[in-house]
Amino acid sequence: MTAWLRQHRQAFGAALRRLARAAGLLSALVIGVALALPAGSYALLESLRGLSARLTLEPQISVFLPLEAKRGDADALGARLRADSRVGAVRFVSREEALKELKQVQGISEVVAAIGRNPLPDAFVVSARVEAVEALAADLGRLPGVAHVQADAAWARRLAALERIGRVGLGLLAGLLGAALVAVTFNTIRLQILTQREEIEVSKLIGATDAFIRRPFYYFGLLQGLTGGVFALAIVAGALALLNREVQPLAASYASAFHFAFPAPGDALAIVLFAAALGWLGAQLSVSRHLRDIEPA
Amino acid sequence: MVSFSAVVKRYPGGQEALREVSFSIEAGELVFLTGRSGAGKSTLLKLIPAIERPSSGSVIVNGQNVGALKRAAIPYLRRNLGLVFQDQKLLYDRSVYDNVMLPLSFSTHAPREAARRARAALDKVGLLAREKANPVQLSGGEQQRLAIARAVVNRPAVLVADEPTANLDAESAARVLDIFVAFNQVGVTVLLATHDQGLVERYGKRVLNLKDGRLA
Repeated sequence: MTAWLRQHRQAFGAALRRLARAAGLLSALVIGVALALPAGSYALLESLRGLSARLTLEPQISVFLPLEAKRGDADALGARLRADSRVGAVRFVSREEALKELKQVQGISEVVAAIGRNPLPDAFVVSARVEAVEALAADLGRLPGVAHVQADAAWARRLAALERIGRVGLGLLAGLLGAALVAVTFNTIRLQILTQREEIEVSKLIGATDAFIRRPFYYFGLLQGLTGGVFALAIVAGALALLNREVQPLAASYASAFHFAFPAPGDALAIVLFAAALGWLGAQLSVSRHLRDIEPA
Repeated sequence: MVSFSAVVKRYPGGQEALREVSFSIEAGELVFLTGRSGAGKSTLLKLIPAIERPSSGSVIVNGQNVGALKRAAIPYLRRNLGLVFQDQKLLYDRSVYDNVMLPLSFSTHAPREAARRARAALDKVGLLAREKANPVQLSGGEQQRLAIARAVVNRPAVLVADEPTANLDAESAARVLDIFVAFNQVGVTVLLATHDQGLVERYGKRVLNLKDGRLA
C-alpha cells in the first residue's frame, strides 16, 4: 500500500515536472484560451439572464380605457378583470396618477404643461403568465369599454428566443473547444511518448507494468487540463473586469447596479474539473493509441 | 531453471530462426551459447523474457510456461530475470546511479533499501565512484558493466546476456566476463551468448552451439 502510494506520488511528481517546463505550460495556456471562450460566454449569458429575468418576471398587459370613460366604467371593468382566472394582480392607474408619474420624467413635464390638459386615459395594469398573455390580451381587447390593449409578450418572447440561441451557441462552442482540448492533450502526450520512447522501451524490458508506464501520462493530462481550466478562469476574470469598467458607468446612468458577474464558485469549480476530465480523456486516448506501438524487439 | 523443448521460432515471411531446439539449464549453472551471427542466438535469448513467443514447443523459466504467459504477467516474469543486451540500452538523460535505480522504481522497495541496493550493485561492477557520471562519459566496458549492475539490482535468479563482450577490447571483455562468473559463483544461473570461441574455452563451462537454428 505504501509502495503503491509512493509510485503514485512519483508519477504525479514526474507529471508536474513535465508540466512545469515551458512546453507544458504553453499547452496549458492554449487550453486556457480555448476554454476561456465558452467559460466567458457562459458568464456573460448568466449575467444577462439575471437581467432579463428581472425584466420579464411578470409579463404585464396594459388595458386602456377611452379618454371619456367615467369612473363608474372603470370600476365595472376592474370587477370583470378580477373575475378572470387567467389574470394575476390587477392595478388601477387613474389618469391623474399616470399624469403625475409622467411629470416626474425629466423633460416631459414641460411638454405636458404645454398640452394644457391631461392626455392620458384611465388604465389597468394586469399581470399574467407568459404563455397566457397573448390570448388574454386579445380577449381583453374585446371587452366593452376598453379602448386599447398593450401586451409586452412579444419582446419577452424575443428575449427568450435570443437566450435560447445564446445557449445553443454556447453549447456548440463548449463542445468544439472541449474537443480541441482533448486533441491538444492527445498531441502533447503523443510527443512526450515519442521523446521518451527509449525510456518506455527499456522500462518494459526490465519489468515495468503498463499501469506504471501510463500513470505519469494520465497525471499529466489531468494536470494540464486542470491548469488550463484555471488559466481560463483567470482570463475570464480579467476580461470581465475590463468589461465591467465600461459597463458600470453605463449601468449607473440607468440607475442600475448591473455588472457582469464571475461564474459562481460551483460553476467555476465545474469548469476546472471538466477541463481536468477532458485532459485525462485526451491522455487516455493518446496513451492507448501510442503506447502499444512501443514494444521491445 | 530454464528449459526449452522442441522450440520452433518462425518469423513472419516463413524464415525459421530456431528449429526444434531442446535443452535444459539447471539452477546455478553457467552456460555459454555460441554460434555465428544469424545462427539464432538472439532469438533464443529473446524467448526467455517473452520479448518473442515461440511458434511451437515450450519455454519454461522458473516453472512458468513463458510462451503461454498473459501480457499482464510478463512484467513480473522480467523482474526475476536480469537482462543484458548487446547495445546495453542505457538511458543517457540521467546519471549512472539513476540508470541502476530504474528497475527499483517499479518494484516495491522502500527508498532507503532501493538506494542501498543500487549502490551495492554499482559496487559489484566497480562503478560506485562513477555514480554521478552520465553514461556517455563511460568507456564501452564501463557501459557494459553499468548494464550488468542494472540487470542484477533486483537480485534475479537468472541472468541472460546477449554478446556482452562484442564491442570490447580483450581486457574489458575479460573483466565483464569475470563479473558474470562472480555472480554465478554466488548461485545465479547465467546464460551468456557470445561468438568468441576463445573466451568460452578459457572458462571450461558447458556450451550450447547453435548452427542454422539447431543445436549442434
